[in-house]
Amino acid sequence: MDKLFNKFFKPEVITLESGNSVERPRSKKILILSILFIVVYISLKVTGFNLTIIIKRSNQLTVILSQIFNPNFGYFKNVVRPLVDTVKMSLLGSIIGCLLSIPFSILASSNINKNKPILLFVRFVLSIIRSIPTLIIASVAALIFNLGTFAGTIAISIFTFGIVSKMLFESIETLDMGPFEALESFGCNKFQAFWGSCVPQVLPTYFSHCLYCFEMNIRAASILGYVGAGGLGVLINERIGWRDYNGLGMVLLSLFVLVLLIDQLSSYLRSKLG
Amino acid sequence: MTIFEMYERRPKNFIKISIVLSIILLLILWSISGIEYKGIASKGSEVAYGIVYGITHPDTNLLFTTSTDGVPYLILQTIAIAILGTIFGAILAVPVSFLSSKNIVNKYVAFIFSSLVLMIRTIPSLVWALVWIRVTGPGPFCGVVTQSICSIGMISKMFVTAIEDLDTGILESLDASGCNTFEKIRYGVIPQLSASFVSTTIYRFDINLKDATTLGIVGAGGIGAALVQSISSRRWTMVGSFLSALILLVLIIEYFSTKLRNKLARG
Repeated sequence: MDKLFNKFFKPEVITLESGNSVERPRSKKILILSILFIVVYISLKVTGFNLTIIIKRSNQLTVILSQIFNPNFGYFKNVVRPLVDTVKMSLLGSIIGCLLSIPFSILASSNINKNKPILLFVRFVLSIIRSIPTLIIASVAALIFNLGTFAGTIAISIFTFGIVSKMLFESIETLDMGPFEALESFGCNKFQAFWGSCVPQVLPTYFSHCLYCFEMNIRAASILGYVGAGGLGVLINERIGWRDYNGLGMVLLSLFVLVLLIDQLSSYLRSKLG
Repeated sequence: MTIFEMYERRPKNFIKISIVLSIILLLILWSISGIEYKGIASKGSEVAYGIVYGITHPDTNLLFTTSTDGVPYLILQTIAIAILGTIFGAILAVPVSFLSSKNIVNKYVAFIFSSLVLMIRTIPSLVWALVWIRVTGPGPFCGVVTQSICSIGMISKMFVTAIEDLDTGILESLDASGCNTFEKIRYGVIPQLSASFVSTTIYRFDINLKDATTLGIVGAGGIGAALVQSISSRRWTMVGSFLSALILLVLIIEYFSTKLRNKLARG
């Protein structure tokens, strides 16, 4: 890369007082900025971005937002059940995903699993799972398992599985392998050595990954209902369909309070773990 | 003291472990009570078979046409939405994050702006898209505007951390050597922040690319819209080609973004 760059943009030659000359490479800022400019220009053309529409029609936005910020508190009784469903969905999904991730992340960590082909295969599958959007998984699951919370739970488990496995194998790889070798030299087999040396080291990190993922899942679960996978999303979709933005405001307010509470709880638990 | 004596005196937290385990068990039981398993849908096995069939037999015509509903154009559109959303979001996030850093402005102003950021983060991106769609109409334009707003939340949260870590000693020494405010910003602030700003922006681009597909579901353009339509109309070969292109795109972008960010982190 650097050689190619220097070929097109000849370095500036500075002659020193002693008669020697040194080369100073040109700044890459101009090249990067011009590439960025071209990319942005193409993107503007492709997406049909038009600032005047936003300015002209922004009153539409204030109409909706002012209604959202004026929630209809009487609607709360309808929110409770889907809210609890969302928590249950993300809790069960998180637990299933976190448990499933343990064996796969051990298979995907290069310091435990010395078998290269299996390692690469497991990692490849994990990154494919991570690259599929949750909403797509949920919409397929809703087609297979009927509409409802079960499909949402499946989608969240798969999503959690992908993320926790990646975080877990990355933390397993940074472990100090000294105790592992010491236990092996005492005559432990691989499993005993792993149980005795790696598990105590990695367990707090694992729990904190799980909690972090649970936090994310609450947010994710709230929109899964949009494709029929149960929870708050069903309500959000319905309220928008009815153009009842005051009701929507109440749904979002309850979601906000829930997320805030769970974030606090989880950061308290994580500080205990750390 | 022998090893066995030490082993007998190891910390025993049997009670603690059993309490934690029983709490987890109770949570599992409680959450299962809310999940209604209605069995596999009448056409469920057909759907599952169709997905597998579609991914193994992607519609190759769709993969290589240059028309506006073919895969290459939709991928281009998705990337364009993510690029513009990220850049606008990052630009908008700069003033917001300076205004919500406690070491730059007084704490009341900081509180107001950090609540604003929290509010932006709480409303799900799908809802933002549905609100903006009233303004812009359906299409990729809506996706760009939505992502610009949604990106502000996370980007400014990371920016604020970087700004609050600023080393003010450098500013004092620039002051001492007689620099004016502009020079202080140019030589004291920007070099400290630029690497983490760029790294955050690239990371957000990664996220926005995945999000752009999600937004497509409500009609905000990109490959997501086409993917969901083909799922609901059960044209599995189309699903296969969209899905495989999407996975490939995300994997490639993730690879390059990780590489770039590692380079930035090492300097």
